[in-house]
Amino acid sequence: MELMNREQVQQLLQSFANEPVYIHLETTSGAYAAHLQEGFFNSGAFIRNVQLTFEHAHVTPDSPHRVGLKLPHGWVYAQGITHYTVTERDELLLAGLDGEGKLAVALQVSRTPFAQ
Amino acid sequence: MLEKERHVLVILPHPDDETFGAAGTIATYRSMDVPVTYVCLTLGEMGRAFGNPPFANRENLRDIRKKELFDACEAIGLTDVRLGGFRDKTIEFEEQRYLIDRMKAYIEEVNPSLLIAFYPGHSVHPDHEASARAIVHAVAELPKEQRPTLHLIAFSNDAKEQIGEPDVHRNVAHVVDAKIDALNAHASQTIWIVDWVKEGLQTDDPEVYEWLENEYFYTYDVEKEQLPTW
Repeated sequence: MELMNREQVQQLLQSFANEPVYIHLETTSGAYAAHLQEGFFNSGAFIRNVQLTFEHAHVTPDSPHRVGLKLPHGWVYAQGITHYTVTERDELLLAGLDGEGKLAVALQVSRTPFAQ
Repeated sequence: MLEKERHVLVILPHPDDETFGAAGTIATYRSMDVPVTYVCLTLGEMGRAFGNPPFANRENLRDIRKKELFDACEAIGLTDVRLGGFRDKTIEFEEQRYLIDRMKAYIEEVNPSLLIAFYPGHSVHPDHEASARAIVHAVAELPKEQRPTLHLIAFSNDAKEQIGEPDVHRNVAHVVDAKIDALNAHASQTIWIVDWVKEGLQTDDPEVYEWLENEYFYTYDVEKEQLPTW
């Protein structure tokens, strides 16, 4: 993955607007968080291949970035985005990698379903 | 030193669990020509480590870890590797009966004399716990004469407090090179540990040698233990 390029990601995201897209959204501290740090409150959420249409995307200027998608009847957002890449299948992958390079958050958009 | 087994079956959920938990033991059995079958239940596609700097991503991690798995297994002489086809971090949400039946089918097919898996209640990761639960139930459901010996891996912080010292200790110093090769093969997940190992070997760090050269298991008797509940 590459370090975030705000202008480019803003453009890429906007290119997915106003058509049905598949979303992968994930936050995680890792399954070992409470094992490595006693008392750690381990929370996270995961959603994959849910289809939605957004009308507008915004990437905030400050890094790590926040990325929001405005839907006709709601919102999707992710906080802590540091890296991005576009796959061979034209999936746009955004990720927040922590100081060790480990994934903490992911927001991904694709016109075709992500692999099961 | 190590008793010769008819067949060893290893069932663990993630590529690299075999390397961290039992690489030396597996390499030793293979060096004795004992058949070893490894069922790796998921492809670890939800791993958080992408390398640093990141050479992997959420979508290609599956293929990267699959290749790492086969490379690591080759390093320890493990040729019969089967993929369970579960999705990483979802095993605990599978239906209980389905999970037990799947584990039972592997055990019945391979008919091992020894089965290596995680210890229920003491293996930290939800996939470890779910596979451990299903496996001990599957073994308990088999007729007595078909049950393999269970050697289970426990590493929760309170394991020793709760279940005591592991009764099986294996010194695997003679196959440490293969174990290090397997660790290196899992590069996307292990660069942090590989650095620690490299440094430790250079500075003769006893902690690194202890970690590399020893493997520990708990013998689990399904007759005597209170089986875990869902």
